Amino acid sequence: MGTITVSNLGKAYKQYPNRWSRLIEWLDPRGRPHHALKWVLQDVNFTVQPGEAVGIIGVNGAGKSTLLKMITGTTQPTTGGVHITGRVAALLELGIGFHPDFTGRQNAYMSGQLFGYSDEEIAHLMPEIESFAEIGDYIDQSVRVYSSGMQMRLAFSVATAHRPDVLIVDEALSVGDAYFQHKSFDRIREFRKLGTTLLIVSHDKGAIQSICDRAILLNAGQLAMEGEPEAVMDYYNAMLADHQNQEVKQEVRQDGKVQTISGTGEATVAHISLTDDKDRPLAIVDVGQSVRLCILVDVHKSIEQLVLGYGIKDRLGQVIYGTNTYLKKQPLTNVSAGERYQFDISFPANLGPGTYSVQTSLVSHDTHLTNNYEWRDLALIFNVMNINKNHFAGCAWIDPTIEIVKK
Amino acid sequence: MLLINPLWAYRGFILGSVKREFQTKYRNSLLGAAWMVLNPLAMIMVYTVIFSQVMKAKLSGVENTFGYSIYLCAGVLTWGLFAEITTRSLNIFLENANLLKKLSFPRLCLPLVVVLNALINFGIVFALFTAFLIMTGSFPGLVYLALIPMIALIMMFAVGLGILLGVLNVFFRDVGQFFGIFITFWFWLTPIVYPITIIPEAGRALMVYNPMALMIEAVQGVLVQGVWPVWQSLLYPLVLAMIFCVLGWRLFRSRSGELVDEL
Repeated sequence: MGTITVSNLGKAYKQYPNRWSRLIEWLDPRGRPHHALKWVLQDVNFTVQPGEAVGIIGVNGAGKSTLLKMITGTTQPTTGGVHITGRVAALLELGIGFHPDFTGRQNAYMSGQLFGYSDEEIAHLMPEIESFAEIGDYIDQSVRVYSSGMQMRLAFSVATAHRPDVLIVDEALSVGDAYFQHKSFDRIREFRKLGTTLLIVSHDKGAIQSICDRAILLNAGQLAMEGEPEAVMDYYNAMLADHQNQEVKQEVRQDGKVQTISGTGEATVAHISLTDDKDRPLAIVDVGQSVRLCILVDVHKSIEQLVLGYGIKDRLGQVIYGTNTYLKKQPLTNVSAGERYQFDISFPANLGPGTYSVQTSLVSHDTHLTNNYEWRDLALIFNVMNINKNHFAGCAWIDPTIEIVKK
Repeated sequence: MLLINPLWAYRGFILGSVKREFQTKYRNSLLGAAWMVLNPLAMIMVYTVIFSQVMKAKLSGVENTFGYSIYLCAGVLTWGLFAEITTRSLNIFLENANLLKKLSFPRLCLPLVVVLNALINFGIVFALFTAFLIMTGSFPGLVYLALIPMIALIMMFAVGLGILLGVLNVFFRDVGQFFGIFITFWFWLTPIVYPITIIPEAGRALMVYNPMALMIEAVQGVLVQGVWPVWQSLLYPLVLAMIFCVLGWRLFRSRSGELVDEL
């Protein structure tokens, strides 16, 4: 139960040169086509196993929504097909078909009917829908007076009132306040535990990395990459600067993680190491220890301004801390080809126990979107252990002094 | 079965939509559902009282003072059923573009909702009309039952034509504009307001090609003269209705994928 098989899927829209062409085509006795095909999606193949969670990412217009529409069956594919087993619920656009003049309750019924529920089923689910949406008395007022957040709460509650075998979610979830976002994500996680297969489109890196087992990157209507979420997100991030005619390459490190390196190559990181304050290389860092990140940069072409940036990521790929020499007001100006620079970055490792990675970037300004000379993910990996501090929770070491006074 | 199963699964949505359509119409009015009866009642009053008592319109060859009123109602009400189904089906896919693009459900639910709605509207007004017939002692008796297959035939004709035009209208919006004009001419070229006897012989001969004229004539015959319809005369409309249904269905099947892209 709950599999999605997409094979050789493609979608093209017909484009007619003028308004009469369609009529001519329909009436043409030889059945000759009078249109050009505009392909928006081509040769997409993937399978989602029962209970698996897959994220789809890509820039606007990459074909994500078209793909979801074909999977849910609203749009018919031009080539290939989609095979789904199990009951599907799709949250493509929440609140579609809500009628402003009807009450929330009536709209919940209508929405439920559109999902194919019978009235008795909806009546049975209604208390649960009401309590999850938490919109109180508004349930019996017309939807006209609802805020968009309230509409979305109700719509989400109806759509997920029943645990489906396959849940398909478009960016819909980004609406609503933080509280409800958490609540809805919790519900999705709970569904996953119970075996629901999940397919989710999102621009939210955190969402993809925290719930998905796998990610799929769509680019210009084609499947550009498929794999472990962090690797795909890194590749996507590198691709965002793609217009600079740069090279993106990924290498599998010895530990099995995928390292993404991209950039136009005017400057590169030659070596990176982590040492203690006496220049001894470190494999394991103690909580709070003074460390030095030593980065050697080679310049291959003359550059007006060179900025080195770095970020420390936790094991889920979230950046814990990041800065660059532009923000520290130390950018290098007018560097020339053949020069080598050493950056010594010293800081106390006030991190919680765990595995961390370092990403580096060589750019001209604050971000990598204007000039990206080199962007390197997983440039270095190190472990933090708690050797001599009291046990604590979390990924940052913020040691307090606690004063207790009896009053 | 291929067609019925998904529709049966979505019966909740279909019935709900029919109900909602009435609710939308009357929900913000004080009298509410009473308007469902008041409107057609006013219409029947105009056609009957005004035409028979005030204008004293007579139908040649019919003794009953209400002869012309009954003739007029028989034609106008049946035409109303036909016109409602066709003109609403014409725009049904365009009106529900949002729903069709965003949700996956059996598309044929939409025309079905139109048909059921039209049938309810017709049922109300025709019940009032029947009550009037009984009160004035003009009820035709057993012949009245002949209306059941005839109404079914008219609905079949209207649905077939409606779906055919509805699908075409998505691709060629001219269809909707054209049919709007066409149906006005069609109404006046069908003996509904006037008796067929007032048109010249040559024109009368052409009437056999107008399927609506044949069907409405049969309804008028039942209600005004109390005679059974000449079933053979309905063969041509029946064949035409079947052709429209098959064509409409085939067009819908072959173009339903493209239809969503075009909305």
